[in-house]
Amino acid sequence: MTEYLLRFVAGGLIVSAFAILGDMLRPKSFAGLLGAAPSVALATLSIAVVQHGPRYVAAESWTMIYGAIALACYSLAVCHLLMRFHLAALPATVVAFIVWLVVAFGLLAGFGGVA
Amino acid sequence: MPVKLSPSALKQTRWYEYGVRFLLGGLATVLAGIASTCFGVAVGGLFLALPAIFCASATLIDSHERRAKEKAGLSGRRRGQQAAALDAAGAGLGSIGLAAFASVFYVMISTTAIGAFAAAILAWTAVSVSAWWLRRKLRMTSHAERLGRSARRRNFFP
Repeated sequence: MTEYLLRFVAGGLIVSAFAILGDMLRPKSFAGLLGAAPSVALATLSIAVVQHGPRYVAAESWTMIYGAIALACYSLAVCHLLMRFHLAALPATVVAFIVWLVVAFGLLAGFGGVA
Repeated sequence: MPVKLSPSALKQTRWYEYGVRFLLGGLATVLAGIASTCFGVAVGGLFLALPAIFCASATLIDSHERRAKEKAGLSGRRRGQQAAALDAAGAGLGSIGLAAFASVFYVMISTTAIGAFAAAILAWTAVSVSAWWLRRKLRMTSHAERLGRSARRRNFFP
């Protein structure tokens, strides 16, 4: 339970810090870079490296590459849903989550994790 | 437009919006931990690039832009969508940096943990900013070419 509480606080703080920085940056397309900041990764990998050691986090960071590729596809899908299909931000980001799931798990099924 | 840091932009954000981001960030991190424990390290790794916070950020940007336009008596629907789309385009470029973060971390972690984190963050920053800069340059070049073509056409066919 303590571990999950620590994860929650660390993740919340790092994500908030990147979000505040993103709010202050201009132009908006540059601030958007922080939407893909490694905030969850920093919190999770720091805890995992202490708990499980380098081999475990190496395996985790390998499949994180698939997650990042899926995030690129997700962002592209959100962009199209907003500009071509005129959806509002909330439904567009929720619907595009299907793209993230399909690409991320598709890459994992196709290429596998670290042996 | 050059890159600027404008602290006054924080006035637009309401206090509960920070709370929402903290909550979502915390939950996404807990979810990544649960995924690792229940389904293995490979699935857990995917969740390190989960777009959980992006959903809240895009919605907030949309509502801020909409509010600003509505204050001026105009419908801000389209403006909100465009601002959120710009943010999404930025996140798309940032995700190239995120892949670089994960790759550098994977290569470096067997030697030193602190060095791996430092090198990975540097890689994320360098790749993301370079991708953004390159896209900006390409857009400016193609825009200038379009303007040049239309100017030439006007000269030939007045």
